[in-house]
Amino acid sequence: MYRYLDLSRQKIGHVLSAALLLALGGIAETAIAQTTGTSQLSGKLVVTGASTLAPLISEIGKRFESLSPNVRVDVQTGGSSRGVADARQGLADIGMVSRAMKDDEKDLHAFPVARDGVGIILHKDNPVQSLTDEQVIAIYTGRIINWKDVGGKDAPITVVNKAEGRSTLEVFLHYFKLKNADVKAQVVIGDNEQGVKTVAGSRHGIGYVSIGTAEYDESQGVPIKLLPTGGVPASTETVRNGTFPISRPLHIVTRTSPIGLTKAFIDYAQSKAVHDIIAQQYFVPLVN
Amino acid sequence: MTSLHSNTLFHWSTDDFLCWFLRGLAGVAGTIVILIVTFLIMEALPVLQGIGLLRFFTDPSWHPAEGFYNLTPMLWGTVFAMAGSVLIATPLGILSAVFCHYYAPVSLGKLYRRLIELLAGIPSVVYGFWGLVVLVPMIGEIHPPGQSLLAGILILTIMILPTIALMADASLANVPQQYLRGAAALGLPRWATIRGVVFPAAKSGLFTGVILETGRAIGETMAILMVCGNVVQTPSSLFDPIRTLTANIALEMAYALGDHRAALFVSGLVLMAMIVALAIAAEWISRGRIYG
Repeated sequence: MYRYLDLSRQKIGHVLSAALLLALGGIAETAIAQTTGTSQLSGKLVVTGASTLAPLISEIGKRFESLSPNVRVDVQTGGSSRGVADARQGLADIGMVSRAMKDDEKDLHAFPVARDGVGIILHKDNPVQSLTDEQVIAIYTGRIINWKDVGGKDAPITVVNKAEGRSTLEVFLHYFKLKNADVKAQVVIGDNEQGVKTVAGSRHGIGYVSIGTAEYDESQGVPIKLLPTGGVPASTETVRNGTFPISRPLHIVTRTSPIGLTKAFIDYAQSKAVHDIIAQQYFVPLVN
Repeated sequence: MTSLHSNTLFHWSTDDFLCWFLRGLAGVAGTIVILIVTFLIMEALPVLQGIGLLRFFTDPSWHPAEGFYNLTPMLWGTVFAMAGSVLIATPLGILSAVFCHYYAPVSLGKLYRRLIELLAGIPSVVYGFWGLVVLVPMIGEIHPPGQSLLAGILILTIMILPTIALMADASLANVPQQYLRGAAALGLPRWATIRGVVFPAAKSGLFTGVILETGRAIGETMAILMVCGNVVQTPSSLFDPIRTLTANIALEMAYALGDHRAALFVSGLVLMAMIVALAIAAEWISRGRIYG
């Protein structure tokens, strides 16, 4: 095999691979939802947006497809901002937005489907049992850099932050009234699972992830623990009853008032019939 | 191999056909590179026109959501990770090939070569995962947080080692036997033969190996993303976390819009410029000497 690697007689200069860059283009598919005149639904729904919501909507979509065999629900991720942009431009029939709607998004029709909480996580072996909001802010802005200053061991704190554009980051920054430029992190991560793995692998780490994800991983024996915020324990229960302070609504949005297939899907996603799916995904169903 | 035998049998028209076929393939390969660069430039153009190229090197930080687009720390991150791993992997790879060819028993050499080939075949995400659960906690014990330039250099070293080792192996195998016999006839000891005869004869292949491994080190994304910590900063020690340009694209692409997205394409352009600079440097260094 190594013989084929022998390029010594060739000038290889310009072909050193840039193939990575091929993966750059994110191509959004468009599709038009249609309904037939009868009660039988058919067509294709394109749903794009928040990665937090994607697994949930995908599961709801599968059940919806099994109820209406002629319907296809295509779920793509790309963040809440993509959900808003795609819904607005008509690239997607429905956008997924994992936060409260902003003032400049009043042009969209938003439908809450569930709630999610963002919880602070530490390694299980960390003796610190709670942190005040001020302490969390001090840790994330680099004013406290050792656990002994907040009642822990004498060890430097590993601050885990999220990459720019993630909605968990936005929710976190918004609650603690921080700007991302002020955050002094040691590790920057992408999705929730990576955050849990990073804190589980670093005994002096602090991070924040979706409470559903953290609660599930904790129950599976991953060595992490969720800290209470503002005196309220972080759990799906406190998120459901609205007492947990860092929580967020999960929305699906449309550009125009939904009709036909889109309306049928949104009604279904908001109905009690999907509460078990929401709970399975470690989100919290809305009380209605 | 059979195609080589049929070389004596071909008709002119077959040769002609083959010639045009190969020209077509070469044309496609060249066109793809040009298309990629054009695409990158087109996507990056809005932000380049809007805020100018200079701000990508003079802004206070990389916070695209707040309008700051400094790429310099990531450029340094990429350069340091690449340089560190190439510096470690090159002597390791070349010396391991020397061992394989001139010191190891034939059977051991064969086994060793198979192992290196296996190393070359492992997907990068596996290296990254191993680095995250094994290497990073180990480094974290010495100097937290563990996610660091050092972890990146070590992972990259392991990943590019097979490239240089196999290239060196292949070029050592290409050293003409009569050179070695001549050296033996002169009574040269083994290491003197290797240093004075084998290395000069094989240097073009070794050099190509170094260029290839450097290219791979610059382009690697997934493993680096998992072990380097991805904090945008110019590292001041081996234990500082860094973010490379490739990791920057992979980490933020899915969530980027507007200027932020275009700025990531500028990251891609800068990467492309690094590769071109590497190719030009290779041409310049090798001019008239290495391929001669």
